[in-house]
Amino acid sequence: MNSTGRSILPVVGNGGAREPTAASVARRDTWLRRLPLLPAFVYVIALTQIPFVLTIYYSLFSWNLLKPGSFQFAGADNYARLLTDEPIRTAVLNTVVLTISVIAISVVLGLAIASLLNSEVFGKGLMRTLMIAPFLIMPTAGALIWKDTLLNPLFGLLPNLLTPFGLGRVDWVNRFPMAAVVAVEVWRWTPFMMLIILAGLQSQNPEILEAAKVDGASALQAFRRITLPLVRPFIELGALLGSLFVVQTFDSIYMLTYGGPGEDTTNIPFLLYIVAFQGFNIGQASAIGVVAVIMTTVVATFALRTLFSIFHVEARR
Amino acid sequence: MISSASPTGLRSKILWSVVGWLVVLVFFFPVLWMWLEGFKTEPQAASSPPTIFFVPTLEEFQQVLSGDFPPFFINSAIASIGSTLLVLILGLPAAYALAIRPVKRTQDVLFFFISTRFLPFAASLVPLYLLARDLKLLDNIFALVLIYTTINLPLGVWLLRSFLLEIPNDLFEAARVDGAGFRHEILRIVVPLIAPGLAATSLICLIFSWNEFFYAVNFTSSVAATAPIFLVGFISGRGLFYAKLAAAATLASLPVLLAGWIAQKQLIRGLTMGAVK
Repeated sequence: MNSTGRSILPVVGNGGAREPTAASVARRDTWLRRLPLLPAFVYVIALTQIPFVLTIYYSLFSWNLLKPGSFQFAGADNYARLLTDEPIRTAVLNTVVLTISVIAISVVLGLAIASLLNSEVFGKGLMRTLMIAPFLIMPTAGALIWKDTLLNPLFGLLPNLLTPFGLGRVDWVNRFPMAAVVAVEVWRWTPFMMLIILAGLQSQNPEILEAAKVDGASALQAFRRITLPLVRPFIELGALLGSLFVVQTFDSIYMLTYGGPGEDTTNIPFLLYIVAFQGFNIGQASAIGVVAVIMTTVVATFALRTLFSIFHVEARR
Repeated sequence: MISSASPTGLRSKILWSVVGWLVVLVFFFPVLWMWLEGFKTEPQAASSPPTIFFVPTLEEFQQVLSGDFPPFFINSAIASIGSTLLVLILGLPAAYALAIRPVKRTQDVLFFFISTRFLPFAASLVPLYLLARDLKLLDNIFALVLIYTTINLPLGVWLLRSFLLEIPNDLFEAARVDGAGFRHEILRIVVPLIAPGLAATSLICLIFSWNEFFYAVNFTSSVAATAPIFLVGFISGRGLFYAKLAAAATLASLPVLLAGWIAQKQLIRGLTMGAVK
């Protein structure tokens, strides 16, 4: 990966007029190498880094768009409110609960289904194809289908199927709002986990498993001692990438519960939406943004470390 | 296979196949149900108990397509295709600089790019909104094109780089010895060789931008609203339009579903930014 690995002779012309010094050629070459990077770099900085600096700046002000002239320096007031405000603490808690339960359940299910698809079964290809559909379906569409045609207490399929068991007419989304959101998100993220873990399982040399069986290892032993350590980095990668997406869950909450009832399913992104676009409280929304960044950075750091370690494994192969 | 040749092997294969198919069908069922509901009439879709046997009709699909849905669909197409092209235009040179002619501190640059992908939208939402408002870009599809480019560019750079790394270095050396210029190098060598990489990157960009909802709901209202916004109209409970809802949801999901199914192999690589092949 390092630049010494690829010796690049400067091909820039010496038109004959004057001999360029070695240093100027080297400098020019360095710039030629950086140049293609520049547009993307500038673009990303302009649309993510500068706005983030502004977010930090706004977070120090009390500012409501609906109240003209309300732009006033407020110091750490917005942050102090984060600590005392009930809805915000609820939102943080909901975000943690939602993310951890969705990731934990979808990793376990994803591992189980990937193992099934990696064993001797009929119609593997078609199973895989059908399995990834929930991940590809537009999340707003998926949530809507769940809410209105599957879980709707009057016309939904599930309440009708459960009627013989005395569970008909249960308004699942209203009775168990968080569970409903988790269920829909698990439905969406299990295929994602399955895809990544399946790739890990398929990178395994089947001869090693055969050898273990010949040596008398049970299927469970072989799975625990041989397969699991091998797919562990893939599970970690899936869990971490997944949690970075699930932390941002917005679509299904908006469609299923609109953060309610009360604040029961309001997570940080949804609270931000309410504060910024329903309350137009720019200062408070910015402070929430800063906190969200800090929380995400912690998770992202682990994710990137895993990503890099997998890249290193790939490079060694 | 040796194991399935024996009767016990075959029996276990059948057993696991049944288990596997049951699980898969549970996951696929909501998608199937969405399709089925779309082919029903409104009374059939809103019946209790649900209608299982019916004569499929295209009525609701026709209604959705002849109604107010097409502009939303077109906006989605503009935002997705526009931002995907921008990602390729900006991302390919950057990936080239990181893979073929690595600059100093390549790892840091890569790290920087990907960290912006995982910066929560909370980080930049408010200033971007204010900027869009001041530039009169609210409810303008161009704003979504720019934002979706921001979302997908880090992924694009990583993914394209992972494909570029697979091109043997000798090819570039040879081109350089021949005196090929930079542009020639890109057009004649890089582009044909990473055509699969371009396809994978486009696919991932299309999936994320087509399905994106948060910015769409906050930055657009009517003129530039995209397909997911059309679906929002159904939650406000303006009567029982389940068949129409299902037809619209089916149509809105179709492009990504088809693209993802066709390019299954590229999907996993794209989702992991090239880490898993």
